[in-house]
Amino acid sequence: MNDIFLASAIILIITIFLCLYRVLYGPGVENRLIAVNTVGTKTIILLVIIGFLYERPIFMDISIVYAMINFIATLAIAKYLRRGCIC
Amino acid sequence: MHLLNTLALIFIAIGLFFMVVGAVGLIRLPDFYTRAHASGKCDTLGEGMMLIGFILYEGMTLIAVKLVLLVIFIFITSPTAVHSLVNVAHSRNIAPWKKGDERR
Repeated sequence: MNDIFLASAIILIITIFLCLYRVLYGPGVENRLIAVNTVGTKTIILLVIIGFLYERPIFMDISIVYAMINFIATLAIAKYLRRGCIC
Repeated sequence: MHLLNTLALIFIAIGLFFMVVGAVGLIRLPDFYTRAHASGKCDTLGEGMMLIGFILYEGMTLIAVKLVLLVIFIFITSPTAVHSLVNVAHSRNIAPWKKGDERR
């Protein structure tokens, strides 16, 4: 089962690089933001897989915190783009 | 135990398929709004399926409870984030793509 986890982690890293194309070349700030949001959700899965691979359950807590940070960062940047200030 | 591992494998494979489809759609689709649609595939279906596979592999432990909490949290927050981004794009007067336009 460890080999399957490793293979799925490698496929996830390849899809993260596919999303990074949109971060680099996407026209405008919205395309970049939605690609960064997708990369963040894939990173959560990658952290869970790392926790299973190296048998460290602390990585699940790290992934929960990363999900919260991803959500709050996206909402804050969206609010800043909408109103011009975070208030 | 063997049946549960096989079931977990099937769920992880379905989740990986949706992850790849979302990433390809994020590159291929012509507009911001259609890309938001492709991003939603990654965010809810791919992530949910893969985490359900990990829960089935793990069994009844504390880690499984944390993963269930993670699934519920992501199912609430990720569509909210994408909705706010689409709201920003609509307020900045980005026109939707129509058939025959060039891709942006």
